[in-house]
Amino acid sequence: MKNIKDKIMPILKRYTFDKKIWETVSENPDLAKDLKINSARIVDIILDIEDEFKIEIDNESLESIKTINDVENIISKKLEEKE
Amino acid sequence: MNKRVVITGMGVVAPNGVGKKNFLDAIKKGKSGIKFIPELKELNFNCQIGGIPNIDNSKCNNLLKKYSLSAAASTIKYAVIAGLEAWKDAGYIIPEYDSKDVDYNTGIIIGSGAGSIGFVGSKIVPLVNKGLGKKLRSTTAEYAMHSGSSVALSGILALGNQITANSSACATGTESVIMGYNRIKSGKAKAMLVGGTEAYSPYIWMGFDVLRVSTRKYNNNPLKASRPMSASASGFVPGAGAGVLLIEDLDTALKRDARIYAEIIGTHINSGGQRNNGSMTAPNPDGVQRCIKQAIKSAGIKPQKIDYISGHLTSTMADPIEIKNWTKALNREKSNFPYINSLKSMTGHCIGATGAIETISAVLEIYHNFIYPCINCEDLHPEIAKMVDRNKIPQKIINNIDLNYVAKASFGFGDVNSCLILKKLVNLQINKYKTIKNYEKY
Repeated sequence: MKNIKDKIMPILKRYTFDKKIWETVSENPDLAKDLKINSARIVDIILDIEDEFKIEIDNESLESIKTINDVENIISKKLEEKE
Repeated sequence: MNKRVVITGMGVVAPNGVGKKNFLDAIKKGKSGIKFIPELKELNFNCQIGGIPNIDNSKCNNLLKKYSLSAAASTIKYAVIAGLEAWKDAGYIIPEYDSKDVDYNTGIIIGSGAGSIGFVGSKIVPLVNKGLGKKLRSTTAEYAMHSGSSVALSGILALGNQITANSSACATGTESVIMGYNRIKSGKAKAMLVGGTEAYSPYIWMGFDVLRVSTRKYNNNPLKASRPMSASASGFVPGAGAGVLLIEDLDTALKRDARIYAEIIGTHINSGGQRNNGSMTAPNPDGVQRCIKQAIKSAGIKPQKIDYISGHLTSTMADPIEIKNWTKALNREKSNFPYINSLKSMTGHCIGATGAIETISAVLEIYHNFIYPCINCEDLHPEIAKMVDRNKIPQKIINNIDLNYVAKASFGFGDVNSCLILKKLVNLQINKYKTIKNYEKY
């Protein structure tokens, strides 16, 4: 699990304008509310994650993403399905 | 409401110089930005040269990275670099990204001739045609749209007046200045960022290649290729870049003690209706002359007052026709004709950006008291020689010259014309920098 988070953090950081925000965020920040990531950028985050983990994320899963934990859960689920 | 409109900030991304200072140095020296472009040779172009600004340096890259524009269409990259330079040059501060204040008194009109055709053709079309459109980024729409440059800047600067993009082919850049001028003059805005931006793309330039309006004779000698008013001019050299000006009402500029480069005192936009020798690609002389005359009339001055013309003069067989139009519109010729030159001799023809970049060069000449050399015109066209004295077309820089009234005109495909009249402001204390912060740093 830790491994997944390590890989998604740099991806998410690309889409936060104010990098200082990371110094004060909680364990499980909300992408829009806490990290101030524009909702349109979720599309790019998913593309980057698909490339990074060699998985495909369907539209339904995409809609359930709100926090970092959601992102992590979807990735681990897709990785399991792959195996 | 009838406000006076002045120019207080300028930013430029030109083939022969990126940034106002580099550009000023380049035009004073008569430095050409035209180069051989290997890609055009590989793609079987007849014209294999062009003017493309070099923005591949750490300053530009860092700026684009900061605003997540590293993968944006070139039109947007150029316009944001030039637009932020103009903004800071005018002494304004870039707000924090999460600031709450919106400036409803300032707007943006940055146009383009062909927009993001290059971006659409190289990034969107191949993926969509393969059924892989879902691999495209969330920014695809904003980079492809014609107002992409204006909205990228308005987002950074939190501007809330009219935000739009005009398009009138090669007249775009000059037209945008006039549109912004009208908005301020009528009291609908206090300041406007105006200008034009144009990208390099084989998809855009092939259109000129098939029309045979770009030169085919100088692929081995790019520095000599763009030769406005020369007997051996054989077609224009395509170019890319952006020019953005910050224009504002005189009261606002004085109140904040801004440096004023020049005043815009007269403007006119029209079309020759593609009749009477006018066509899609050639201007109706009557329309051109009318445009110049109306601009001078709206400035409230006599044609005799014009000291210098920043011509459209693209290095084609239309140059003598343009000169004839100026002589008729001003009713001046030979030794009584004003000084005239063409920036395109150094930059090539930057299409939708050209009018804005040339307006900036003319304003720099007014402010710094010089006329830049019109290079490659050693063999003046005989038809032009009959109309205008040789010394009115400087081959070397003229220094220490007062340019009190200047005419700038641009003419575009579709027989569309734009002309503006600039005035030097000598009576105002215009050299104060009090509000300017971080200006030198940029």
